[in-house]
Amino acid sequence: MKAIKLQKIVFLGILGIMTLIYIGPFLFSLSISFNADKNVFDWPIEIIPSDFTLDNYKNVWKDLPFGKWLFNSVFITTIQTISNVFFAALAGFTFARLEFPGRKLIFTLLLSSLMIPGIILLVPKFIVLNELSMINSYGGLILPGLVGVTNIFLMKQFFETIPKDLEQAALIDGCSYFRIFWQIFIPISKPALAAVAIYTFQGSWNEFLWPVIVSYTEDMYTLPLGMASLRHELLTDWPLLMAGTIMISLPTLAIFIIFQRYFVQGVSSSGLKG
Amino acid sequence: MANISIKHLKKVYPKAETATIKDANLEINDKEFIVLVGPSGCGKSTLLRMVAGLEDITEGDLEIDGLRVNELSPKDRDIAMVFQNYALYPHMTVFENMAFGLKLRKVPKNEIKAKVEEAAKILDITHLLDRRPKDMSGGQRQRVAIGRSIVRDPKVFLFDEPLSNLDAALRVQMRAEIKKLHRDLQATIIYVTHDQIEAMTMGDRIVVLKDGNVMQFDTPMNLFNNPANKFVASFIGSPSMNFIDGKIVIEKDTLFISDDLKFSIPKDIEPDMRAFEGKDITFGFRPEYIYDKAIEKNKRLSENMSITVETVEPIGSESFVYFRFKGNPKQRYCFRSNSDHVYQAGDTFNIGVDIDRMRFFDTHSGLRLL
Repeated sequence: MKAIKLQKIVFLGILGIMTLIYIGPFLFSLSISFNADKNVFDWPIEIIPSDFTLDNYKNVWKDLPFGKWLFNSVFITTIQTISNVFFAALAGFTFARLEFPGRKLIFTLLLSSLMIPGIILLVPKFIVLNELSMINSYGGLILPGLVGVTNIFLMKQFFETIPKDLEQAALIDGCSYFRIFWQIFIPISKPALAAVAIYTFQGSWNEFLWPVIVSYTEDMYTLPLGMASLRHELLTDWPLLMAGTIMISLPTLAIFIIFQRYFVQGVSSSGLKG
Repeated sequence: MANISIKHLKKVYPKAETATIKDANLEINDKEFIVLVGPSGCGKSTLLRMVAGLEDITEGDLEIDGLRVNELSPKDRDIAMVFQNYALYPHMTVFENMAFGLKLRKVPKNEIKAKVEEAAKILDITHLLDRRPKDMSGGQRQRVAIGRSIVRDPKVFLFDEPLSNLDAALRVQMRAEIKKLHRDLQATIIYVTHDQIEAMTMGDRIVVLKDGNVMQFDTPMNLFNNPANKFVASFIGSPSMNFIDGKIVIEKDTLFISDDLKFSIPKDIEPDMRAFEGKDITFGFRPEYIYDKAIEKNKRLSENMSITVETVEPIGSESFVYFRFKGNPKQRYCFRSNSDHVYQAGDTFNIGVDIDRMRFFDTHSGLRLL
């Protein structure tokens, strides 16, 4: 009994330390965002601000084009999330359920594209979009992230777990393949679709590198890019920056908490569980 | 309803070395209940799925009511199918499941409602119409699956091992219900099972399949009493037919001689058997047609065959008596005793086989000779 108790304490201790490592920076950012004193890194550092204020949160809206950045982020993320869910499901269904020549080859090619580091693709993507006159436009920001190979893979794996009889029953009932996809497979694939939606939302909402490359005027910035633009060499308004950062991390946090069940279900039922 | 004509049907899967279905020929009459039976891998489900349109036909013709349907998609063949694992749409209620096919065919709403309610009444599932499949038992789900096919009023019903996921008691109950449904609907049904008892009790005619070949297509009693070959003889009937390999030898009488036993061929079949002199012959006799000579006096039985009882399995109404012939203590056979006499291991006595039920097969081809 004693050994088990000790074991529990050790486990809890390790978990506590790990949690602190992960959550510590977030809590510190939260603390800074409520600090009225701009010199937050002056020694001794205050973990709990002595001069507490909500002004930083107001100033984010007042002093910065935060509304425009928020619109950009919401617009891009919404379109990319919807399109990823739809196209990943459609492609996943095709690879999982339809027989056509070259199916395996195309899927292998798609998967192999994952081996190429994303950073290498930045230049070709930029050149293509430049040729299409899409630099510094919503098109340029949205187009490359309309569908992701990982999401296609996830949906394919999930659809393969659905019994073939269900599809055949629908065929006999008179469904076309698109109707089978739309009216049978989609409604019963909520966990996997939710997982794809959450992944995409997170990725798109937090995306920094691509917006940096493709947009150069402030009105086309997304929230992460806008926040990063507040950092200057000599003077950075840390409380303002942290207030903005906390605000932009709230949606992902909320979505994760609300859809946590779907998130875990989606990952485990799609066979991707490590 | 409909006649189904299967002519030289063949199925070869891509990259497969052998055909899954080899030259199947079946003429199924309107309102007939046909059962496809055979061991796993014999091609019975493939054949059913070819009729359904879920598998392409490699060669041959499939006609429903005289119309060639090889190229028609499943929805245009006017068939309905009940699957082994029910294949109900999990996100729809029972009502929606049953109505789905009709909705797709643009049947007016009030007509759909009437049809679903009528089918639900027939299957006694009216109280389940608002439930989802996950809230029902296996038996209830199977009823819904049957209901889904009834509402469509198709030409042909196809059942793919619909009872194999149910427990034994429910299986017997559902068996009777499907049979009754067949009577009420006057429908053409093709039913796949691996269970020969299910096949015997349900089918008007049975197709016995093995390795993609139709071994026999006949009524249940004909399959039992007049099997076309050794495979059908062994597959149909439980316990299965006893077989003894031997030869026909003509001495003073015409004799069947094997390691196990030697007996004179009864006079009325002797002229036919003379033709097989010297050939390898398998003698087949069912456990049901073996009698204790001391008890059975009325039947025309073969000459005495002396046996020693090895084990007895009483199942209540009757007993399976496992025995050996004196000549060959290695081989074991079975006879079904429904007499009140209690046999014990070690008992030695004489049996006789009903002369009219003695069957002889070519040992090599397996075909029945007599």
